[in-house]
Amino acid sequence: MDSKDQDKDSLYLKFIPYFERYGILLLLVIMIIVMHFLQPDVFLSWRNVTNVFKQISWQSMLALGVFMVIVTAGIDLSVGSIMMLSLMILAIVAKAGAPWYIVVITPLIAGFLCGLFNGLGITLLRMPHPFIMTLGTLYIFRGTGNLISGGTPISGFTDEVRYLGHGRIDLTWLGLEKSQYLPVSLVLIAIVYIIFWIFMNKTRTGKWIYAIGGNPNAARASGINVNKILVIVYSLCGFLSGIGALILAGRTDSGYPNAGLQSELDAIAACIIGGASFFGGRGTVLGVFAGVMIMGILRNGLNLMDVSSFWQQVLIGSIIVLAVYVDVLRRDFGTRK
Amino acid sequence: MSSANQLLLEAKNVTKYFGTITALENVNLKIHAGECLGVVGDNGAGKTTLMKVLSGLYKPSAGSLHFEGKEKVLESPRDSQNLGLEMVYQDLALAGNLPIGENIFLGREPTTNLGLLKFLDYKKIKELTEAHLGKLKINVKSADQKVEELSGGQRQAVAIARSTAFNAKVVIMDEPTAALAIKEVGKVLDLINGLKKTGVGVIVISHRMDDIFAVCDRVMALFQGTNFAESELSNTSRDEVIGWIMGKK
Repeated sequence: MDSKDQDKDSLYLKFIPYFERYGILLLLVIMIIVMHFLQPDVFLSWRNVTNVFKQISWQSMLALGVFMVIVTAGIDLSVGSIMMLSLMILAIVAKAGAPWYIVVITPLIAGFLCGLFNGLGITLLRMPHPFIMTLGTLYIFRGTGNLISGGTPISGFTDEVRYLGHGRIDLTWLGLEKSQYLPVSLVLIAIVYIIFWIFMNKTRTGKWIYAIGGNPNAARASGINVNKILVIVYSLCGFLSGIGALILAGRTDSGYPNAGLQSELDAIAACIIGGASFFGGRGTVLGVFAGVMIMGILRNGLNLMDVSSFWQQVLIGSIIVLAVYVDVLRRDFGTRK
Repeated sequence: MSSANQLLLEAKNVTKYFGTITALENVNLKIHAGECLGVVGDNGAGKTTLMKVLSGLYKPSAGSLHFEGKEKVLESPRDSQNLGLEMVYQDLALAGNLPIGENIFLGREPTTNLGLLKFLDYKKIKELTEAHLGKLKINVKSADQKVEELSGGQRQAVAIARSTAFNAKVVIMDEPTAALAIKEVGKVLDLINGLKKTGVGVIVISHRMDDIFAVCDRVMALFQGTNFAESELSNTSRDEVIGWIMGKK
């Protein structure tokens, strides 16, 4: 091989990690451009963009939680039910007349405790796979939510409780119109994602989460308390589902039995589209955000074009399969056999 | 600094049961500074179980471990690491999705602490990794390369680098050349000889007589979970050692 060939080769190899990291963002940008050309007046309007963010607000919390679990090569099927149970507890506490700061904190604690329950079940009961434990709690948590609420919606919260899901940050001081506000939920998404980006990439615990997903035996042999880290991960996942419940309470002003039904599958789909590997150890917080955005934009764009929601299902399913196939190709390419 | 021939680690009458199965029975083992002990035996003879007892992964059912003359009870791999006892596993125990440096320091990363949160010091990890790989004369493109991109021999080298990054006194290697291409075997054996010169006691578990006779000073054979035979390498031959593995003296 002459040196020119080698240069070309190494340039190519250097390009791969960037593609791995930012390829999904490229797809997102392409989608935005395509949607813009299809719906030039509406798609990139202030109203529609904020709408997309409001729609993905609570899903993005579930997806982030499920992402951390998937990095450990686990799965959490119960996030939708955790969110519903946390929402119902919030509604009951609110109706009991508790002050707003108590109401706001209850779904977070409830979500955390549900996640802790999952984590302890998986590690202490030595479940053969997290799928089984969280499939069980998918039913347990939703059933509990229906038991405590009688299976009927509970509506009507104060503005303080609704602030994170429904609040608006006025931007008229920037010379913008009154309709051009910033949804509080968008700011919340940004803050939570930045915190978890730092957690996963900069802290030792985050590194250990990736190590467990890469090779749990290596982590164990390195003296890492794998079970403790897993309990932390599932608890955080539950906590994020609790934040999701708080956002949903604000958006809908109601606790209702069908809240978050099947949303665990949306959360998993967003992670997979965003490049997280089901085998664990691979994926980025940025990728999950892109995955959530891609699903949100797809639904929004197809709604704008009046395409049937059945087509949305077909398209999202196709993107999942395609995204994973790209992942398969990349693994063939980048890994020595 | 341990002087030459100092007794580092001694296992006395180690016995290990798994339910009704006796994996080890009254096994004794000694390793001195700067020495390489070869442990041979057929599949199921108890080699790997013995190594897992020494590394703190298994607790012995009976018997005791003594480190530098003092009796020690190992509750976890972390305890044995703190004593300077390191293990290189047959499956290498590396996380392929992480770079070389992060594998070498996995579980013992240098951090900057901010309250409860421990932030990784990536710069220090890289510096220490490059210095350590240089010391062991291990060549890789970059310390940031992911382990899954390395060849089998390079992975073995990383596993050995990992075991010696924290002033190890005893390094236990389970089949260090089993998965390697022939031209890579020599490099790993060179690494082992290099470790001996720095005063590290090395225990090598291997099926390969070539490896045993290239690096070891002493060889012991396990048979059905018991000490079967032991000899200085200079006083034995390949055929005799192979006989021990089959249970013949």
